[in-house]
Amino acid sequence: MTDRTQTFAKVAELIEPFNKKGVELTDSTTFAGDLEWDSLVVMDFVASVEDEFDILITMNMQAEIETVGQLVDAVDKLKTED
Amino acid sequence: MTEALNNAMDPADEERPPTVPGRDLFSKFDALIAERQALLDTGVRDPFGLVMERVLSPTRAIIRGRETILLGTYNYMGMTFDPDVIAAGKKALDDYGSGTTGSRVLNGTYQGHRECEEALKEFYGTRHAMVFSTGYQANLGLMSTIAGKEDFIILDADSHASIYDGCFLGDAQIVRFRHNSVDDLARRLGRLPADAGKLVVLEGVYSMLGDIAPLKEMVAVAKRHGAMVVVDEAHGMGFFGEHGRGVFEEAGVEDQVDFVVGTFSKSVGTVGGFVVSNHPKFEVLRLVCRPYVFTASLPPSVVATAATSIRKLMHAGEKRAHLWKNSKRLHLGLRELGFDLATPEAQSAIIAVLLPDQQTTVLMWQALLEAGLYVNMARPPATPTGIFLLRCSLCAEHSDEDVGRIIDMFATAGRATGVIA
Repeated sequence: MTDRTQTFAKVAELIEPFNKKGVELTDSTTFAGDLEWDSLVVMDFVASVEDEFDILITMNMQAEIETVGQLVDAVDKLKTED
Repeated sequence: MTEALNNAMDPADEERPPTVPGRDLFSKFDALIAERQALLDTGVRDPFGLVMERVLSPTRAIIRGRETILLGTYNYMGMTFDPDVIAAGKKALDDYGSGTTGSRVLNGTYQGHRECEEALKEFYGTRHAMVFSTGYQANLGLMSTIAGKEDFIILDADSHASIYDGCFLGDAQIVRFRHNSVDDLARRLGRLPADAGKLVVLEGVYSMLGDIAPLKEMVAVAKRHGAMVVVDEAHGMGFFGEHGRGVFEEAGVEDQVDFVVGTFSKSVGTVGGFVVSNHPKFEVLRLVCRPYVFTASLPPSVVATAATSIRKLMHAGEKRAHLWKNSKRLHLGLRELGFDLATPEAQSAIIAVLLPDQQTTVLMWQALLEAGLYVNMARPPATPTGIFLLRCSLCAEHSDEDVGRIIDMFATAGRATGVIA
């Protein structure tokens, strides 16, 4: 598995507890539209992603992230910055 | 005028260029409008459209012709009808007029504004105090001004809207930690660059659930990572700590907190906001803080009532004790009745009763109001974790008899709505 595939798999795993409707996850799945998350779910989820990868995703960055693919890319980028 | 208007609106006027029907910017509120209408259609009263026809005292008002006990105000110390406070306001109205019509930095700083800042400095024992026109603006101003693009603001996820809005107004990097979690704060601070500017934002009392922050531990963690610390004591001023300064005083971290933000619209009993600090360069904020500069200053009567009230709060030991007695008694009474409360014991003057859904919450709210008791109804997004609650906030002027009646009213309304057995 490439790094990105691994990151995607891990992110997907972290999404599952919040994926109440069982939406199939692809790079283009949106958090607000497809997963129907509100800001409270986003907060919980982001915290779990941050702790899993030992990174920080600031609210400024979160504003730019709409899809699962964008999040995976952002996580990979933040991991390499460490 | 009328004629011109008619002409402009006349569909027969073929001289006008054709207009294209644009998207109604209000369509984004359709879901909210429909939800609200559906609720009102069930026959309940609008919890967000209540009018106090007359206000009799800090704890009594006339609502729809009925005398009602107020258990949903921020009037913790009952200062709104204090005779000295009222007299100071009247005198300032006579002496200085109804308003300043200007910014604090131009024509809007009167003697009264200075005296109000002096009262705050004495109350908090700080070298500096800056009075804003509202508490909201105090947070807006501090957050947006002192943290720049390269700096980080680290805030509790349940922070008040004014803290979030202050972050959005500025351009600092915003990092959130899980509510009241010392470990979560420490982990996030640990991931930040050691040399970056950092501001940790905490609140003494969180106003929706009435829970308090573990400030001793949190401030220690923040300082270990070289962060500046601001504590918002909006809901703690007047009755926490030896001098009533707030939760940070009770936690013994006064010497490590860089800024305290507060408001006059709660225990002080009027309106306005402030920041106090010992930072040697603090006064520069008066020149660079936009929510301070670009708005009119408080009316003279308001700063006069605030200053008088603040000075009286320094010596309000008996009121403080009675407020705590009320809060503990109400918490115990509701707990014994079987209500689900947000905190295991009374941590502040706010007792939040958790309810399962919006419909039950509104029905319970209405049953209490019809019995003669007003409490706040709170729902998402104001509530932190998607929960519905009735928020009770006590006042030092609630008598022992009032608290007994309040508990009885909750018992009756709770049984009538099926919330308790």
